[in-house]
Amino acid sequence: MIRDAAGRLGFAPSLVVALLAAASVALVSIASGAYPLALGDILSVIIGREASDPVASMVLLEVRMPRFLLGFLVGAVLAVSGALLQGLFRNPLADPGLIGVSAGASLAAIAVIVLGNTWLGGWLAMTGEWALPIAAFLGGSGTVLLAWRVANRSGQTAVATLLLAGIAINAVAGAATGLLTFYANDEELRSLTFWTMGSLGHAGWDDLLVGAPFMLLALLAAPWLARPLDAFLLGESVVGHLGYRTDTVKKAAILVVGLGVGAAVAVSGLIGFVGLVVPHLVRQLLGASHRVVLPLSALVGGTLLVAADSLARVVVAPAELPIGLMMALIGGPFFLALLLRTKVI
Amino acid sequence: MVLSVNNVSVSLERSRIVDGIDCHLKAGELLMLLGPNGAGKSTLLKAISGDLPYGGSVTFSGRELGQWRPQRLARQRAVMPQRVEVNFPLTVEEVVQLGRPKMASDRSDLVVDKLMNELDIGHLRHRLVPGLSGGEQQRLQLARVLAQIIDSPGDRLLLLDECTSALDPAHQQMVLDLVRRLAKAEDMAVLAVVHDLNLAAQFADRLLVMKAGRLVHEGSAREVLTPELLEAVYGFTARVVELEEGYPMVVPRRRGPSGAYTAPLKPSCRQAS
Repeated sequence: MIRDAAGRLGFAPSLVVALLAAASVALVSIASGAYPLALGDILSVIIGREASDPVASMVLLEVRMPRFLLGFLVGAVLAVSGALLQGLFRNPLADPGLIGVSAGASLAAIAVIVLGNTWLGGWLAMTGEWALPIAAFLGGSGTVLLAWRVANRSGQTAVATLLLAGIAINAVAGAATGLLTFYANDEELRSLTFWTMGSLGHAGWDDLLVGAPFMLLALLAAPWLARPLDAFLLGESVVGHLGYRTDTVKKAAILVVGLGVGAAVAVSGLIGFVGLVVPHLVRQLLGASHRVVLPLSALVGGTLLVAADSLARVVVAPAELPIGLMMALIGGPFFLALLLRTKVI
Repeated sequence: MVLSVNNVSVSLERSRIVDGIDCHLKAGELLMLLGPNGAGKSTLLKAISGDLPYGGSVTFSGRELGQWRPQRLARQRAVMPQRVEVNFPLTVEEVVQLGRPKMASDRSDLVVDKLMNELDIGHLRHRLVPGLSGGEQQRLQLARVLAQIIDSPGDRLLLLDECTSALDPAHQQMVLDLVRRLAKAEDMAVLAVVHDLNLAAQFADRLLVMKAGRLVHEGSAREVLTPELLEAVYGFTARVVELEEGYPMVVPRRRGPSGAYTAPLKPSCRQAS
């Protein structure tokens, strides 16, 4: 049977189902859009043969492929970051967006866009094409640390304080973003809008080259934290009793989240709720062990974001909805339902 | 000596909670730490657990605590905190498995099975922890900490902070009986904070009594549990009855003209309230 004795889905069958779902969503996503592609063309390009339609081949390789890969990576990273934060804070409501990490990363990136030619000129000169992801990473990690400092008293994370800290951080980052918007010129404004609503619309290979190394690093590092994070679920002091260096684990998790979310925000702007919705679903179906939650969250998160992106391209075609809006439309009601069901936070 | 605590002090928020404690624990010895609320028992236990910074010296198996590699120490020393709250859907078996050291023997599943059955949680193995009763959770946590060190080579130390506070009398007997049996059979040193004087009298090899951060008395149950000491430490009057089982029993007395009693009939009621 697929369900184990505790009534949960087994890891291996779930993995197979998730992989199949990811593959089919990938095909649908690559095929659909303003220039629909035939399945046969897609398959022949993938196995390295010439497509019957040369335009199809171009659209596939230059537009759809990078967009699919970037969307999948961003979704996977956001979902895994959500799972990491939830384990670290021992609370299923922690999410990079809710506690302000995404806003911090986005603010740093926006500051680079707007002030890059003036006050932050030195930063651009120093970091070159990496200016945005590195700034977003620093902004993201800084915000996790800040939220941690505010919410963590004598080893216990006060969840209400954490979420309130998130509100404050989001408000401050929002205000600062507003100030920068005020200061920005027309061209900068256009890229700012892209940041604040989240979009995969401009995704190309160069975005992928800049963002993917950070995101892949975060995804590959996360499984190392699975066992100590399981210990975190029993309480912070227990982590030490079980022989893990609590501080090292915490810092590593914060670093991974900052790295992943920073890079994700740098290439796709603000996309919320993936980190909240996906790990929650996975835990409901498969249990809370991070050895299961982390890999499946990555798969399901990537699939969900790619699916949402395909939908965003179709609903108001030929225009597209920003993916950030799309996720908020799906995730917001989900979050409310979650709050209604949770009796005690 | 498995554990040597020398002149240990702990200060929290500028007040001294534990003040110059000395105590020593041999392999196979079951030592119980008594004292009124706020005496500093849990704080001392947390210092020995590595949760709080302390002054003085704590050596385990001849080596200062801070010099142990965490992973190594975790195989020899296990800690059961007063409360462990689990909000995530982990099963009973998963939580016990979390206690197992990374490089544990192949017999891991057997060890876990045996402990779960001995602590009467075997039938709950696939249940989710957040849905368990307080007593079931307490037995689960004990199973987890025992699984951590039970088959490790070398000196072993078990630190228990009120491990029976949520248990019914039958499970209190079962749990402490198991702890005592393991201490003797496996040569494990056990330091346990307890409130129930009669359980302490029944199971401990030796008792330590703390008050206001200091050690005020140490000895066997018969030496420590006297009406005079109970009056001085806890401030309640009691008779101490020698049972034919070979250990004393504390029977608190009511007093006061209004008939209201200043001490509960059963000491264990205190912690329940």
